[in-house]
Amino acid sequence: MTITKEIVEYAAALSRLKLDDAETEDMQKQMSAIVDYMDVLNKLDTENVEPLSHVFSISNVMREDEVVPSYDREALLDNAPERNEECFVVPKTVE
Amino acid sequence: MKWEVVMGLEVHVELATKTKIFCSCTTEFGGEPNTHCCPVCTGMPGTLPVFNRQVLEYAVRAGLALNCDITRYNKFDRKNYFYPDLPKAYQISQLYLPFAQNGHVDLKLKSGKTSQIRIHEIHMEEDAGKLVHSAYDDSTYLDYNRCGIPLIEIVSEPDFREAEEVTAYLSKLKSVFEYLGISDCRMEEGSMRADVNLSVRPEGSTEFGTRTEMKNINSLRAIERAIAYESKRQIELIEDGGKVVQETRRWDDAKGESYAMRSKENAQDYRYFPEPDIPPLSISEEEIQHYIDITPEFADAKAERFMKDFGLSEEDADIIAASKNLAYIFEETVKLCDSPSEVRFWIMSQVLYYANEKNLDLEKLSISPEKFAEFVKFITGGKVTRQAGKQVFEQLMFGGTDFDVAAYIKENELEAVEDTGLIDSTVKAVIDANPKAVEQYKGGGTKIMGFFVGQVMKQLKGKADPAAVNKAVLDALEKL
Repeated sequence: MTITKEIVEYAAALSRLKLDDAETEDMQKQMSAIVDYMDVLNKLDTENVEPLSHVFSISNVMREDEVVPSYDREALLDNAPERNEECFVVPKTVE
Repeated sequence: MKWEVVMGLEVHVELATKTKIFCSCTTEFGGEPNTHCCPVCTGMPGTLPVFNRQVLEYAVRAGLALNCDITRYNKFDRKNYFYPDLPKAYQISQLYLPFAQNGHVDLKLKSGKTSQIRIHEIHMEEDAGKLVHSAYDDSTYLDYNRCGIPLIEIVSEPDFREAEEVTAYLSKLKSVFEYLGISDCRMEEGSMRADVNLSVRPEGSTEFGTRTEMKNINSLRAIERAIAYESKRQIELIEDGGKVVQETRRWDDAKGESYAMRSKENAQDYRYFPEPDIPPLSISEEEIQHYIDITPEFADAKAERFMKDFGLSEEDADIIAASKNLAYIFEETVKLCDSPSEVRFWIMSQVLYYANEKNLDLEKLSISPEKFAEFVKFITGGKVTRQAGKQVFEQLMFGGTDFDVAAYIKENELEAVEDTGLIDSTVKAVIDANPKAVEQYKGGGTKIMGFFVGQVMKQLKGKADPAAVNKAVLDALEKL
């Protein structure tokens, strides 16, 4: 599969990223390299191999349903590029 | 041409765990914005979500109750989309191996007809946060308290043909989940939300038409209206030579119409992949057997038993049994006073009247069976009439935990008038005061009887036995 300029633009749009021409070209190269490697992997015979669902063979990692006091709001909001006293604030997004 | 409406439902139900699905923040409803949050549920980089054990139990029990096959080995997937209601820019959900599949729900409709709705799958996922779009500036304010509340999404097959099936299905889900104690299913508070996929096709056709999806309609009544509106809109569109466009529509209940939100053409590419942060879940046979063993008696079985043991009609039994709380109040009260028909009478008349009038959640009503039984004994013992009893019952429902039935009846002089002399003299006074009505009666107007009885009851403040008053009025009129 070739990664075209259109695919990069599409992927960028889905992630709300704005790439200039140089960045788009750069991404096209990088993504192509990744996808080309998939082609290498695809050559392997995986007929009798279960699809991998997790990189480690662990399961059922769970915690008990016990409330722990939530985080300090001020500390959380402090990470936001834009905020008011009680909320994170983003440019208006109406679907 | 006759048209057939075809619908499928996606129902989101918030599970009543104490904490969120992937962190230990409380799931309590309300609260100041962003005070039930932590670095995990606000999607801070470098945090590790850990799955809540209770979610799996509740989810599996829901799946078993809806007759699903439980996926013994299931896992989570990452659903990527960029919208600020999810701060991580993805939702942890289940696509490839949902925990429950191939279930069904049997419905009983008002006409007595039955129908079966197949469940395609049920999966677990996390709820999103709340967005408040400012009316004053160009900003959206984000409250992530709801973000990470555990949800199950129940996806049906397109088996619905009429609105009544949809509301019966949602009522049944609510009843089942309340009996299991896994959700309160309050549509108005958003703990149960339904998306309706709807298309129309000529009757007899086996192909599906193009469907639209109506999202998050928040009451059964609104759903009925939205379905009526959308099926009419699609039929008229096609009959006028137009084409239905696949789109998401939002129902505006105040205006009574729906409008298109966004076209599905380019927005719906979720690029799912296996969720690396959450290891897979395996469910043992012992666990499943244990959940089957602790399954409570559901509404259908309970209604059957109420009909058989307490002589309730099918309709009354279905209504009472559908609510876990109402069924509990009914059964416990009957145990204490042994008068099922009288208990039924007060539930079907007064409790449902007030619930409807005040828009109360039946599950949150608190009526003490002990006091209810004490009250019923006053009625069945002829000490208080049903008429006067209404006033007592209102206090029984809303008077708080300190309400004292006997003291209230005494204080307000609500005991039944057993003095036949008082009844007779009141009857005489009413007859004397209404010569015109007496003339009518003599002229063959026997319907006027009701008027006399009503007047006497009014004067006696409803405290006399209606049968005794009836007899006294009849006797007095005959003697004239």
